[in-house]
Amino acid sequence: MDTPEIIVTLAGLALCGFVIWYFFFSARQTASAVSTISGVQEVDITVKGGYSPDVIEVERGKPVQLSFYRDEENSCSEELLMPDFSIRRDLPAFKTTLVELLPQQAGTFTFTCGMGMLRGSLVVK
Amino acid sequence: MEPTTKTETLDIEGMTCASCASFVEKSLTRTPGVQRAVVNFATEKATVDYLPTQASPATLKEAVVQAGYGVTERAPDTSAADRQAEIDQQKALAYVKLKRRFWVATGLAVVIMPLSMLMLWPAMMARVNMQWLNYGLLALTLPVLLYSGREFYTSAWNGFKHRAANMDTLIAVGTGAAFLYSLAATVVPGWFMRRGIMPEVYYDTTATIIALILLGKLLELRAKTQTSAAIKALMGLQAKTARVVRSDGQEVDVPIEQVKLEDVVVVRPGEKVATDGLILEGSSAVDEAMLTGESLPVEKKAGDPVFGATLNKTGSFRFRVTKVGADTMLSQIVKLVEDAQGSRAPIQRLADKVSAIFVPTVVVIAILTFVLWFDLAPVEARLPLALVNFVAVLIIACPCALGLATPTAIMVSTGKGAEHGVLIRNAEALEKAHQVNTVLLDKTGTITRGEPAVTDFVPATGQDAGLLLQAVAAVERQSEHPLAEAVVRYADSRQTVMVSASDFQAVEGKGAQAVVNSQPVLIGNFRLLEEAGISLPPAVRQQADELLAQAKTVLYVAVAGQAAGVIGVADTVRETSAAAIKRLQSMGIEVVMMTGDNPQTAAQVAGQVGITRYFAEVLPSGKAGKVKELQAEGRTVAMVGDGINDAPALAQADIGLAMGGGTDVAMEAAGITLMRSDLQGVVTAIELSRQTIRTIKQNLFFAFIYNTLGIPIAAGLLYPFFGILLSPMLAAGAMALSSVSVLTNSLRLRSFSPVKN
Ligand SMILES: [Cu+2]
Repeated sequence: MDTPEIIVTLAGLALCGFVIWYFFFSARQTASAVSTISGVQEVDITVKGGYSPDVIEVERGKPVQLSFYRDEENSCSEELLMPDFSIRRDLPAFKTTLVELLPQQAGTFTFTCGMGMLRGSLVVK
Repeated sequence: MEPTTKTETLDIEGMTCASCASFVEKSLTRTPGVQRAVVNFATEKATVDYLPTQASPATLKEAVVQAGYGVTERAPDTSAADRQAEIDQQKALAYVKLKRRFWVATGLAVVIMPLSMLMLWPAMMARVNMQWLNYGLLALTLPVLLYSGREFYTSAWNGFKHRAANMDTLIAVGTGAAFLYSLAATVVPGWFMRRGIMPEVYYDTTATIIALILLGKLLELRAKTQTSAAIKALMGLQAKTARVVRSDGQEVDVPIEQVKLEDVVVVRPGEKVATDGLILEGSSAVDEAMLTGESLPVEKKAGDPVFGATLNKTGSFRFRVTKVGADTMLSQIVKLVEDAQGSRAPIQRLADKVSAIFVPTVVVIAILTFVLWFDLAPVEARLPLALVNFVAVLIIACPCALGLATPTAIMVSTGKGAEHGVLIRNAEALEKAHQVNTVLLDKTGTITRGEPAVTDFVPATGQDAGLLLQAVAAVERQSEHPLAEAVVRYADSRQTVMVSASDFQAVEGKGAQAVVNSQPVLIGNFRLLEEAGISLPPAVRQQADELLAQAKTVLYVAVAGQAAGVIGVADTVRETSAAAIKRLQSMGIEVVMMTGDNPQTAAQVAGQVGITRYFAEVLPSGKAGKVKELQAEGRTVAMVGDGINDAPALAQADIGLAMGGGTDVAMEAAGITLMRSDLQGVVTAIELSRQTIRTIKQNLFFAFIYNTLGIPIAAGLLYPFFGILLSPMLAAGAMALSSVSVLTNSLRLRSFSPVKN
């Protein structure tokens, strides 16, 4: 092995390690819903290459209002799917789309883009 | 001095529940200068008192927008169809933009390709300054990268920031690596040459990949709009105006949004019924195919329900509005289909799991590919070979096809189902239906019409059939008994002359009597005649016994104190039942019947439609138990029922099919609702689900096989044995094709049509 080979090998392995850690093990952005006087739990979510925040905590049995603001035109994020709540919505670019639901069971429910690449989850407690 | 306040009324857009109203209200109240804000969800209006010195209609509007809703400038116009139209417009715009980007990329790639090939031509190479050629190619590639491909890079970057990787990540990293390498080779060729590497450029690869992926996206976008075509068509069916009768009798056309409950609406021949209601006067034949899939027009008369979006064919009528807006049948169908399209099929779970980890995994594989090629290839070629394979792995591994496999098939098939009057509640129901091997039918209302009809009309010897029917019908017209209705319907269907009856008298539990043509006429059970002292001649008695043996109800008729004939009444089997049951059996499904009737009647009906196994004398409370019994035999049971008392059985079954639009309770409990009262719908539902699941399996197989084979080939696994390497450009072409072919396969479901008998 010559020097470039050693450098490339080590750099490659380090990069692999970084990719795995960065996408699978690093901490997620979690947010809890803000309850209003009327008892509705509100969360603002920005859609731009992903959902931020992407883990949302809400309480069971109270209506939840998620406002998705899609801050990009990229077609990947144009659809929102929440299969556990039978929701499929188009998210128009640079607009806020409201999604209302009533979580009745505790658990973790994922929401994704139309192809299931962008992911977030709704944690119902 | 008190500052004067102004009052403004705003039409709020986009409120979907009562809590939305409080959001808007809160946001308005917080706005400086606002003294009072009241938002009404039902009317979608906000009434705001404000100080004009501190606030203006514009700031109020801003507050509403901040809360996430909109303000309509014109009259309230917030129908779902309008919102859909806006989204469609945006999509159309996106399509045009994408097309422009594609053509720019293609146009430039067409120039870049042959210029890059020059280097393969030694005679040319000597004459052209390679350095200048490379700079020329760089100049041509930059617009492709910065204009056509920009979205990939921004999207990949946005995703990276959110620790999310999507398909654009792969494309961006792949083409970006090829471009940066080429850029270095162009700007500092000496660095490469000193290390014994030819400073090759990959501008053609970069440009072509971007052009091909854009082509794939373009085709994908076009196909995707077709997947929701059925539901859009359904939404488009809604009438735009209604002809409302004012209290002064004047008829005016008003926009459909302004039609209120209890309004009276006129419908003329050839017009669409504006909304749901009950006919007050007039009669007609109405084409309800758009809601029920029934191709024959349905006869309607006063008292019958009519539904919005259906087409009035022959007569004209007036109806009283009973439902508007989101409550109408059409809106409910649209909502049901939309819900189903948003649901997830269990079959998709594997694909979901895979796509969640897919992209980062592919990036790791690509990096390892690079390292291995760099370490193992001959020194002078290691950098370009490592790079080419790295790019090929990234590009071919795009998981679009995987992501599209299930949802597109479900979109198409749920829409298709609605077109044929089969409403699928969710993807899970669709998947369950294909596994069904036993169909349990509740006899009454599914196999049979669920209402009695005259099957035999037997006059005694010496009686004129026509005259007797006239007399019988005259008496029964005044009775309200269901059996009497059956007799009247029978007489009407024979175009019997109407005569009048006098001195009508109903005899509780026995029948009725009246005077027709100055002769007393009795119709009822045996006891009615017996008590009137009328004896049955042996011939008539024999006829009656025969009818009884066929499990029919027998009505005895006497005219002028003489037995005049017998009438057999029974719940008749629908014309389509036998054929549909045969079809189900030919699909390998066992059809089982259950009924509350006695074994004799049950056997009679079962025999008529070709069912060999049946349960008789099943109490309404025992229906669910019968489903369990079949399930205990290891069967996957579909239960078909039409009434409230079927709900527990529908819920107990692996899949419940509620028939005839169903009662709301039955619909809630059912996975599938058949809009038409006809067993043919059961066949359609099961066939559709079988075909859909087949399509999904094909799609998933295709997507998986493509990635599991594509990645190792792109990584160069075949190279040591066969010398085969996958060019990144080929990988891009294959990638574009994969998602397009999955979509095309799903769209094939659009040609689904139920087998007609
Ligand atoms: Cu792709």
